[in-house]
Amino acid sequence: MAKHSGTKVSTPFWRDKRIIPIILQLLFVILVIGISWYFINNAITALKEIGIKLGFGFLKNTASFNIGESLIEYSATDTYYRAVLVGLLNTVRVSLLGIIFATIIGFIVGIARLSSNWLVQRLASLYIEIFRNTPLLVQIFIWFFAVFLALPQIKQAISIGNFHLSNKGITMPWFVANSVTTAWLLALFIGIVLFIVLWKVMLKIQVNSGKRKYPLLWSIAGLALPIVLTWLFTQQGPVNIENPVMGNFNFEGGYTLTANFLAIFLALTIYTATYIAEIVRGGIMSVSKGQIEASKALGVKGSTTMRLIILPQAIRIIIPPLTSQYLNLTKNSSLAIAAGFPDLVAISETINNQTGRAFQAVVIMIIVYLVLSILTSIFMNIFNKKMQIVER
Amino acid sequence: MKTNMETGTNLPTSSPPKSTIGILGWLKQNLFNNWYNSILTILSVLVLYFALKGTLTWVFTTAQWDIVADNFRLFMVGQFPVEEIWRIWLALSLVSLLFGLSAGIWRGTNLHLSVVLMGIYLIHILASFTSVNTKMWLGINIAILVVSFFTGPRIPKHKVVTILGWFLAFPITIFLVNGFGVLPEVSTNLWGGLLLTLLISIIAIVFAFPIGILLALGRTSKLPIIRYFCIFFIEFVRGIPLITVLFMAMLLLPLFLPEGIEINNVLRVMVACTLFTSAYMAENVRGGLQSIPNGQYEAAKAIGLNPIQSMTFIIMPQALRAVIPAIVGQSISMFKDTSLVAIVGLADILGIAQAVKSNPDYLGRIMEAYLFVALAYWVIAYSMSYASRRLEKQLGVGER
Repeated sequence: MAKHSGTKVSTPFWRDKRIIPIILQLLFVILVIGISWYFINNAITALKEIGIKLGFGFLKNTASFNIGESLIEYSATDTYYRAVLVGLLNTVRVSLLGIIFATIIGFIVGIARLSSNWLVQRLASLYIEIFRNTPLLVQIFIWFFAVFLALPQIKQAISIGNFHLSNKGITMPWFVANSVTTAWLLALFIGIVLFIVLWKVMLKIQVNSGKRKYPLLWSIAGLALPIVLTWLFTQQGPVNIENPVMGNFNFEGGYTLTANFLAIFLALTIYTATYIAEIVRGGIMSVSKGQIEASKALGVKGSTTMRLIILPQAIRIIIPPLTSQYLNLTKNSSLAIAAGFPDLVAISETINNQTGRAFQAVVIMIIVYLVLSILTSIFMNIFNKKMQIVER
Repeated sequence: MKTNMETGTNLPTSSPPKSTIGILGWLKQNLFNNWYNSILTILSVLVLYFALKGTLTWVFTTAQWDIVADNFRLFMVGQFPVEEIWRIWLALSLVSLLFGLSAGIWRGTNLHLSVVLMGIYLIHILASFTSVNTKMWLGINIAILVVSFFTGPRIPKHKVVTILGWFLAFPITIFLVNGFGVLPEVSTNLWGGLLLTLLISIIAIVFAFPIGILLALGRTSKLPIIRYFCIFFIEFVRGIPLITVLFMAMLLLPLFLPEGIEINNVLRVMVACTLFTSAYMAENVRGGLQSIPNGQYEAAKAIGLNPIQSMTFIIMPQALRAVIPAIVGQSISMFKDTSLVAIVGLADILGIAQAVKSNPDYLGRIMEAYLFVALAYWVIAYSMSYASRRLEKQLGVGER
């Protein structure tokens, strides 16, 4: 860039190609600093007038509000800090479950979209077109206000077996650990290790000898062996199942998925799955037709072609857009506030309403979402790299 | 696979085997070609039957649509003063005129969209709950649509006029809706319903576009400070949810402004949506810039264009053309995302549904209201994505 102007001494500095960019950037910096100073100054004066202090010391104070559901112990006497943590965990919980289920549904629908069965293909497109073109928030409202809140009161809950459906959500049987749970977990762990080892060993023998060795049967046997042994020794199941019983006002025992959680979870899953389905379809279609034809020519059957030839190649194209969908889902989980699910945004909003500390509440939301976004990107980038290496 | 052998060797050209033609052949090939497809077909038919039966019985027998019919004006324009509503009708007529002209001149996608618009008008003119005044305006709109469709191609310089009209439609509409003192002013607080939803999304998209281009240029710039500033802005906005940006606008914007200056909620939300979309626009435009081969830059330099000229005349037109579908996609998602303003208490179409819900007269009929809102969003979003898909095919963007 600076090749031509280097030798001439007579070039005035305002036409010097080395100086102009520096001056421009200096001007830009002065402009940005000036404008931000103006705004920040306004904010500081305004905050002083209302009498609100900056800083996060208030997080140690007692929160004194209740939270509907929480993964950790929480009561109104706990601190704001703990309330924020509860919100964060709820956000992570709903996003993580949403990601898992949206991926499963998305892959199924994406593959169905390419099915040779005309009706299945049409049904998949219908599903995608309906749910993709309606705002997520409208879907959340429909699930929460029009579906779950319209269900009968808890006293008249609709019961299917031990599953009870009411406007409070779904209450279902849940597991309770018993005296031999640890032994079972250990057995399960050994079983899984055996499964993997046997699968790898038998597959290698099969490939090397060219004879059928049934690696799947062997590994299932490996998984079953410790489990059967544990059962013979303990004569007890791994966990006891506890059925919900109607108490005075509520079901006691079992596990309740609240209507708030279900509304946001179902809406997020169904909405994001449509995007994932389109990504999967695009990925599969990008695998060249020759690959499928070659696999057919070798006599590989349809499902195996999908599993071993098409998906491994498609997955590389699928992962980057899938990552951004996961990020979108995590960010969209902030809409939980609309269904009264106490996620991070809802709790920050409560803190703001209670203490008037708008600035801090917003900063908490921003930091958490930026960190979550960065973490998801890093994780998916690692996964992506791992997938790419397999190629060559 | 049957061959000629089975149907008779003496016929040189025999018709295809019975099992591959006709309705039965189609059924066999597409629905029952092997055992698991047959099972899938039967399952799908069952699912479809029960879903359709349930939905249709609900829509036509159980549902009581008076919650929508009674509040129809609220859903459309919110609290907009009744005596000024002619201005919205006028703006709508302008849009009808432009749609009619475009349909007449370019046919294709424009024609399809105009037919949809016509369908919407017809449905409302036939519906029982619309007032005489409304029916009159709808009739005028239909007439404008039809007349402009047939006369459009005969107007001299019709293409220039129409494109100019589309560009002017936005400021004219804003002028008509607001008034700005020339007409009696309708403050933004009174904007509501579908009108507000459309205005927020259109304003966000229109203003985010130039800001997005500037940010994209900044991000690809060689000047480090400007580049890092743009990267910071883009990644910051893309990393946080829209609802946070809206809260920021609602809670913090008033703090940052000097005393005495107050901007109302609708404007705050518009600023927030614009800044939010501009970061995403910037990434789309950057994608387009990256798709331009270096040779284009070098060629532009070689014929003596300065950087600004080469950007305006050589690089940007190509880059933007390549990312039109992505930009339309972004616009659709912005349009859907405007529903979030209902959470911060604005009376957009979803906000109206929320407000109507609390009226005890309509207890337990909230599903009808939400479904109507969903349908309104769906029709617009689907039309946009349909147009975008057609455009993508015409441009052949994805096929290189």
